[in-house]
Amino acid sequence: MVTRGFIGRQPASKDAHRLPPGQHVVNSFPVLSAGPVPRLATTDWQFVLKLGPRVLKAWDWAAFNRLPQTTITTDIHCVTAWSKFDTSWEGVTVDDILADAGLAAPTEFALAHSYDGYSTNVPTADLINSKAMVALKYNGQPLSPDHGGPARLLVPHLYFWKSAKWVSGLQFTDRDHAGFWELRGYHMYGDPWREQRYTND
Amino acid sequence: MTSARPDRDAVTDHIEWQNATILCIVERTRTIRSFFLQLSRPFGFTAGQHVDLRLTAEDGYAAMRSYSIASSPTSSGIIELAIERLPDGEVSTFFHDVARVGDEIELRGPLGGHFLWPAHTTQPILMIGAGSGLVPLMSMIRQRSSSSRPVPTALLLSSRTWSEVLFRDELLAAERDGSGLSVALALTRDETTRSGDFARHVDGAMIADVLRRLPAVPSHVFLCGSNAFVNVATDGALDAGLSSATIKTERYGG
Ligand SMILES: Cc1cc2nc3c(=O)[nH]c(=O)nc-3n(C[C@H](O)[C@H](O)[C@H](O)COP(=O)(O)OP(=O)(O)OC[C@H]3O[C@@H](n4cnc5c(N)ncnc54)[C@H](O)[C@@H]3O)c2cc1C
Repeated sequence: MVTRGFIGRQPASKDAHRLPPGQHVVNSFPVLSAGPVPRLATTDWQFVLKLGPRVLKAWDWAAFNRLPQTTITTDIHCVTAWSKFDTSWEGVTVDDILADAGLAAPTEFALAHSYDGYSTNVPTADLINSKAMVALKYNGQPLSPDHGGPARLLVPHLYFWKSAKWVSGLQFTDRDHAGFWELRGYHMYGDPWREQRYTND
Repeated sequence: MTSARPDRDAVTDHIEWQNATILCIVERTRTIRSFFLQLSRPFGFTAGQHVDLRLTAEDGYAAMRSYSIASSPTSSGIIELAIERLPDGEVSTFFHDVARVGDEIELRGPLGGHFLWPAHTTQPILMIGAGSGLVPLMSMIRQRSSSSRPVPTALLLSSRTWSEVLFRDELLAAERDGSGLSVALALTRDETTRSGDFARHVDGAMIADVLRRLPAVPSHVFLCGSNAFVNVATDGALDAGLSSATIKTERYGG
């Protein structure tokens, strides 16, 4: 439906193809989260890889920082309809995390867990083959607490709530368990190009 | 790490877009106006939820934004949104400068399954908001007023000036009705006229003061406003001794 009198701030046409349906470009970096920003020191931080309840491997901050670091520049898309182009991140790809644990991805599904108790589900296929990382830096600087620091998951091809802030680990599961937001009305998969914002979109 | 979360399948139906008609526009403050919308397909909701609005230009370009519902859940099929005009804002300036009564607006809802009024609690509730961040809290306060046994509730509301306090008269009337609602204003660029209000930005000492107006430690704390405000308010709430597990935030971005 055309809205009477609405013109809008149209994106430059060279960028239009980078914008998924219903999204608009921002230059700022809005912050959204469900609760307080956790007060978390890197000395207390660890990253735990699990298969169901079983711990496969855990890294402390220093050990995690010794893993191969990868830099990527990518567009990100938030379910609240803003997109930000050309964001630059540095961190450890999920492939490198698995390699350091001496493992291949053990199941088809995973849950990312966070220090604030939240979780989000992502199919394993969307985490491996250079599609996702645990990011430690944004724009060359340590990730600020607001944006998920010390470390956040980064799965840029899905809506940004899947890129769990304050990530504490990845848990492989034998089926697709809904995470925190997915239990609260958000889509199980969250593909911005198919506009999968809410359950059953 | 918590993995002990209930593992049920999400059962919510697909939430469809619908057209709503602007019934009435009310100037609330210098920068905030209420828009009363008649839904073509009325829905029930819980105080704290929001809708997504979609504006579409002639050439197909569309802009979408989220707005909290200010009204309390009723069966009328009319919802109230309160939209603050941001300079150069794409959608909010459309509402303030272009939209008029009778226009049709595309929306869908209710959305949001986290920042929700706990209808069944018997414990006190603390709310902290700034500016248009009052909107979902107002829906909660209105829902609370219509309940048979309203729980003790304290609202700490930050605004620039007395005249910019959104829903001021309604809030002050609700405070006077004796149901156990306490309202504290934090005016950042104005003097205070009421004892118990503050003439400064929200801080931990202020939150501790407001907490003493409740009969017990709140079981639910709702914080809403810009991200910067929510961060300051959460720090203050944690410093005042509240547990982070009780705090829910709604951030308007920015
Ligand atoms: C769950 C939720 C509930 C909300 N509830 C409410 C509510 O009840 N009431 C309310 O008023 N708001 C609410 N908001 C905020 C609302 O969704 C919008 O973000 C807000 O209205 C601003 O939208 P806009 O299109 O007017 O501004 P935008 O166009 O998004 O811009 C925001 C600001 O950034 C500047 N800006 C950004 N990009 C550019 C650019 N390219 N060029 C120039 N300037 C730019 C603008 O000047 C403006 O000041 C809510 C947000 C969320 C997430």
